[in-house]
Amino acid sequence: MSIEQSLWRMMVLIRAVEDRIGELVAAGEIKTPCHLSIGQEAIPAGVCAALQPDDSLWGGHRSHGHYLAKGGDLRAMMAEIFGKATGCARGRGGSMHLVDPAQGIFGTVPLVAATIPLAVGAALSAKLRGTGQVAVAFFGDGAADEGHFHESLNLAALYRLPVLFVCENNLYSTHLAMKERRVKDNIVESAGLHGLPGERVDGNDVMAVLGAAQQAVQRARAGEGPTLLECRTYRWRGHVGPAADLEVGEDRRRELDEWLQRDPIARCRARLRAEGLSSERFESLEAAVRDEVEAAVSFARQSPAPDDSELLHHVYVSRRGV
Amino acid sequence: MRRVTYARAIREAHAQLLAQDPRVFLIGQGVRNPWYAGTSLQDLDKEFGRERVIDSPVSENATTGAAIGAAITGMRPIVFHPRMDFMLLAADPIMNQAANWSYLFAGQVSVPVVIRAVINRGGEQGAQHSQAVQALFAHVPGLKVVMPATPYDAKGLLVAAVRDGNPVLYIDDRWLYESEGEVPESLYEVPIGSAAVRRSGRDVTLVATSYMASEATKAVDVLAQRGVDVELIDLRSIKPWDRNLVYSSVGKTGRLVIADAAWVSGGIAAEIAASVAGDIFHALKAPIARVCLPDAPAPTSAVLEQAYYVGADEMLSAVEKVLL
Repeated sequence: MSIEQSLWRMMVLIRAVEDRIGELVAAGEIKTPCHLSIGQEAIPAGVCAALQPDDSLWGGHRSHGHYLAKGGDLRAMMAEIFGKATGCARGRGGSMHLVDPAQGIFGTVPLVAATIPLAVGAALSAKLRGTGQVAVAFFGDGAADEGHFHESLNLAALYRLPVLFVCENNLYSTHLAMKERRVKDNIVESAGLHGLPGERVDGNDVMAVLGAAQQAVQRARAGEGPTLLECRTYRWRGHVGPAADLEVGEDRRRELDEWLQRDPIARCRARLRAEGLSSERFESLEAAVRDEVEAAVSFARQSPAPDDSELLHHVYVSRRGV
Repeated sequence: MRRVTYARAIREAHAQLLAQDPRVFLIGQGVRNPWYAGTSLQDLDKEFGRERVIDSPVSENATTGAAIGAAITGMRPIVFHPRMDFMLLAADPIMNQAANWSYLFAGQVSVPVVIRAVINRGGEQGAQHSQAVQALFAHVPGLKVVMPATPYDAKGLLVAAVRDGNPVLYIDDRWLYESEGEVPESLYEVPIGSAAVRRSGRDVTLVATSYMASEATKAVDVLAQRGVDVELIDLRSIKPWDRNLVYSSVGKTGRLVIADAAWVSGGIAAEIAASVAGDIFHALKAPIARVCLPDAPAPTSAVLEQAYYVGADEMLSAVEKVLL
């Protein structure tokens, strides 16, 4: 499978998973708040394809795609969203708290911008240990309004740390449009202010995202420090849950219509089609993805709930090696 | 045994930890500057290099968050906040992140970070260079909080904190920096969660934290001359705190005074009082008394500071009150 084919497949998987989650939320079977990244799939797919398994990933509340693209186990994620004992966080986290340390996914949490400094720390750790690992922080445009973001960019640039700051700019911070939060649409300029390279990327073009991420990873591994990628994209659904929340911003319906024309999956598919990939091949890949998603849903449904005797476990870790 | 100051004991713990364990590093505002750290970090950068002894920008949030991220990925960082007030800018990384991650991720991720904050009150520094907000952090599940009062504990608790595996807040008091005590040269630990009996007595139990444990020794001597036999407990750790030792002492004396130089409402003294009253009420012969700061920000003028801060005199009055 070519790199572009595998990126297309990853995007199809992320969308299929989130479409299914949306249905299950609407049906009342999933209760935990789920923030869907439908329309934004090219960013996790493209960035994670530039990483090694032991590079670390730090995410937020809208991180299903990050987890899957970095190699997280779909069944464990689905079970987590169902609140089951087989979930990746044993039912303690839900949709907003995904983890798989073996894949370098150390954690996703919904406090906006909270994991940006943690990724800087992972990069500092990699630098001090001389491992050559890279850390990636995924966050939205709302996070660029936080102090965490600016402090972290400065620190990473100052110490030339191997970190990628990936801003998924979907133009909304929950319900609030960019123009209501900033005088200028200039998140990418934060990079220059703090002395690191920044690049605005078409976040709905998976190959463009991959190319930008590869370059940033190469710089990071070469000891040249951090990069900010502002990936422009659009959230097809509302802030949380499956509804599109079109009433929230007055221009959102028109905006959404425009952005639907820039569907990252359709664009990628058109390129692959032009390169000669057959319809049958697309269909068989899509069918395999659907089966994978249904198997994960079945696994989650059939899994046991956590035992309430575990309620107070893991508040503290027991002492680890000195 | 060799006697060293509290500040030098802290420095020695850092130096030995940095020498022994390549995972240990230090980051924070003013780590190279005696104006911030006294002698407690003196010349560590010269000895261990500025890669591992990082004097950072004033970015409490990012430096604390970075230490947490480094801890999660295998390091043993110590973050330095030269005033506890400043550490409040890192409330998100400490309370939302470090404290939560082990529980949230079912023990698959741990956060072995030490977050050091200095209490430095008095000297007409006013409300935002003086706060002692240990109770805020002791309130949060997932954090441990230690407050050494002697040079021996200052060294041993820092070593224990770095090796603990959990996020530990290490709170030292600038008013103790020049106090001297016996400190072994070896690298040793003082167990977190264990209090120390500084003087055995039969009449009243006096539980004190940090600087108040030092003040308490003066009060106890005066009381002894007056024929009052006080049992003095230096709490050392406020989360977890040594319930067994406190309960067994109160079981013996039946009277309890708690001294903590922090605001009285919702403080660690309130927690201990509620626990004792709830668990061993039958042992009490008198109401419990607290010696804490009044519920007001710290004033600046020396005259007002004098009225605001508590010490040995207030402990004397409190002990006499519970003996009535």
